Amino acid sequence: MATEAAGEGTGLQFHPMDQFIVRPLFGDGPVQWYTPTNVTLWMFVTLLAIIGLLVVGTRGRAIVPSRIQSIAELSYGMIYKMVEDVTGKDGIKYFPYIMTLFLFIVFSNFLGLLPEAFTTTSHIAVTGVLAMAVFITVTVIGFMKNGAGFLGLFWVTSAPLVLRPVLAVIEIISYFVRPVSHSIRLAGNMMAGHAVMKVFAGFAAIAVISPVSILAVTAMYGLEVLVAFIQAYVFTILTCVYLKDALHPAH
Amino acid sequence: MEGNIAELGQYIGAGLAAIGSGAAAVGVGNVAGNFLSGALRNPSAAAGQTATLFIGIAFAEALGIFAFLVALLLMFAV
Repeated sequence: MATEAAGEGTGLQFHPMDQFIVRPLFGDGPVQWYTPTNVTLWMFVTLLAIIGLLVVGTRGRAIVPSRIQSIAELSYGMIYKMVEDVTGKDGIKYFPYIMTLFLFIVFSNFLGLLPEAFTTTSHIAVTGVLAMAVFITVTVIGFMKNGAGFLGLFWVTSAPLVLRPVLAVIEIISYFVRPVSHSIRLAGNMMAGHAVMKVFAGFAAIAVISPVSILAVTAMYGLEVLVAFIQAYVFTILTCVYLKDALHPAH
Repeated sequence: MEGNIAELGQYIGAGLAAIGSGAAAVGVGNVAGNFLSGALRNPSAAAGQTATLFIGIAFAEALGIFAFLVALLLMFAV
């Protein structure tokens, strides 16, 4: 955090949204699709962290697990149980995809909390791709498993017949809003949290309120650690819920 | 009087959209509070329902996030 921003009464030394600017790693030319940027760097760090946890950490395959192996086993067990509980036995087949999503998001969120780090999941471009991938996958699986029966998801048979067309319209809208809310929930939470921390950090430049603002930054940081995990969990569990809808579309 | 009326509208609209965030806070608090009161009555059943709790919170929060999105669009995109 740039709490050392100098100058009393000069206002904010930095803009709270500056931390989300995508910059090229080398030089400062325009950002093309092939330019290595800070996003590329931090996605790569995320990848290395996941490999470090799951491949290097469990290399020993010890019967009494080491600390890293315990964490890897715990996270594997947690997501496996979530998939099994929410989607049922026939959803287990899609466990690797959901585990990949969870690990990528949870590591991006946590690595983004490091000072000077870039939070890749704070960009709607990143979470939007993740959410669209889930949406398309789930829709394709739904039609492959159930054929036209998948459309029964929109026809609420438990409601009175008069209401069903109205409900169908609402269900269809809510189905197509899913990728939007799915992606914006994650990106919005990450971006809002980091922006609030920067705003409080900016107030630390004013001597009178700097103790309060440093306390506030510390408290917000604690909250953000919690939010980083919960948002990854929520993204994963909603993926499981959507998958359950695709596998068992009947209401 | 400087500035144009469209910019004024943008800022007022973004401020109004912030009301939605407060409404989402009420919704999330409602979900969590009801979960807690149910969980204290029957603590043995609470552990199995945490997933439902998070789904409920996520859906309540989604609408607040939409309000936030509207504010962001007004501030930076329109």
